[in-house]
Amino acid sequence: MAIDTETVKRVAFLSRLKVDDDKIVETEQEFNKILGWVEQLNEVNTDNIEPLVSVNQTNLECRDDVVNDGEKAEAVLSNAPMQEFGYFVVPKVVE
Amino acid sequence: MAEYIIETKDNKWEVICGLEIHCQIISKSKMFSGASTVFGADANEHVSFVDAGMPGMLPVLNERCVHQAVKTGLGLNAKINRYSQFSRKNYFYADLPQGYQITQFQYPIVGEGKVIINLEDGTSKEIGIERMHIEQDAGKSIHDIDPKKTFIDLNRAGVGLMEIVTKPDFRSPEEAGAFLKKLRSILRYLETCDGNMDEGSMRCDVNVSVRKVGEEGYRTRCEMKNVNSVKFVMSAIENEARRHVEVYENGGKIEQETRQFDPLTGQTKVMRKKEFAHDYRYFPEPDLPPLVLTDEYIEDIRKEMVELPDAKKARFIKEMGLTPYDADVLCENKEVAAFFEKAAKGSDGKKVANWIMGDFFAMLKARHLDLEQSPIKPEYIGKLVNLINSGVISGNIGKEVFQIMADTGDEPEKIVEEKGLKQVTDTGAIEAIIDQVIADNPDNTAAYRAGKTALMGWFVGQVMKASKGKANPGMVNQLLSKKLG
Repeated sequence: MAIDTETVKRVAFLSRLKVDDDKIVETEQEFNKILGWVEQLNEVNTDNIEPLVSVNQTNLECRDDVVNDGEKAEAVLSNAPMQEFGYFVVPKVVE
Repeated sequence: MAEYIIETKDNKWEVICGLEIHCQIISKSKMFSGASTVFGADANEHVSFVDAGMPGMLPVLNERCVHQAVKTGLGLNAKINRYSQFSRKNYFYADLPQGYQITQFQYPIVGEGKVIINLEDGTSKEIGIERMHIEQDAGKSIHDIDPKKTFIDLNRAGVGLMEIVTKPDFRSPEEAGAFLKKLRSILRYLETCDGNMDEGSMRCDVNVSVRKVGEEGYRTRCEMKNVNSVKFVMSAIENEARRHVEVYENGGKIEQETRQFDPLTGQTKVMRKKEFAHDYRYFPEPDLPPLVLTDEYIEDIRKEMVELPDAKKARFIKEMGLTPYDADVLCENKEVAAFFEKAAKGSDGKKVANWIMGDFFAMLKARHLDLEQSPIKPEYIGKLVNLINSGVISGNIGKEVFQIMADTGDEPEKIVEEKGLKQVTDTGAIEAIIDQVIADNPDNTAAYRAGKTALMGWFVGQVMKASKGKANPGMVNQLLSKKLG
């Protein structure tokens, strides 16, 4: 799979990263290098082998349904660039 | 079943519809954090650092959410998947602090199931469930406080959701409405979701397409997001289907797009075209290993299952002699059904049902009371019916006793005793009243005997009045005919 200029722009948009025009070609080449390296894995025969989701083989541990967190709005909001009346405030977003 | 067809000059069109319903899971704490799920707190009070998407915070699954999902799956007659997996759905939005939603994609916890819906003409239809998965809710954006700013409250962020996806089995707005009502009823019986669409704890996305009657396959569909009442869902389907038909009839093409339903106009307008559709880049959630359920875990939950509306309805029809309509009304709500059962115990089920659906509901409504605030104990309604059935009081006196029960909360026997409302069934006593009425009204007596038999009703009325309503009406009729004849 080769990455083209359009794909680089799209991935940048989806990741909300600003990539300057003069960096696009460089980024495209970097992407392709990484993908090329990963694609070597395709040489391994994986027929009839279930995909490995995680190398962590433990079972999923659950917790009990107990309220033991929250009630710290001040701390939660402390890094917010903008806040008002206990809310996070952001520039207007309407779809 | 009445077919729902949109007819034009040249064609007959049928509607194809499927629903996706987000149901908030009833649990004390959130799906992946220990913050409270209680609605209506001050902004951001029920938020942990996990919910706020702080770096390094890890989700830990709330067992209660899994339990509730399995229970719901069983209630939808669905396959419970022993193996399921969480995935990340990536998108940027201000009320999603992590930048992704933890959901399930390829391996949902619940597979195919089915729900029976009951339609107005008395028929039933099976609606297929495609799947149900669990995921976390997003926070709430408030756009109308400030013209240039959006306010974000994360109290809802991380609350557990069940997303139920139906097969495209609906062929009319009525079917979709009946499904939502049935689903809500099942969820409330199970106590896994409170089902309040107006508070947003149950939210519905509607997919609609149309095709000519007899046509194979499906045409392009449009999706309407967050339609928040049964009525609006029905009207959204109706209007969107008509729009499709109009576009096709005018030689146009339907684009796959997300549309917004406007409750004020009933119309839909485009929200998001396919080319701007989100690219969610799902991948397995690295912070959570797969969820593996044992048969024992599922069987333990199965043991907790309560009798669901369909089973209860069938039992009420079979064992209590109710009509399907009565049984439907009484079973929609678990508390009403329980009230009815208590009332009908040791009494006449059909008549108790009539009292509850008639005078009793009317009384609650007139007094603005909920069922649990009822001044009348359920067993007193059964006793009242027994008093009428055994002839101790007449039906009309029964209504009077009922009103006193509603005012005082007393039991009917006590009221009948104290107020002296027992029906007079003593022939001698009734004859004495009749004799008096005849003696007091010589003119009407003569007219009746001369052939004006229509006066019989008037005589019955006089005797009933003189007995203060307590004379047995059947006996009054019989004795009057004898004495006047």
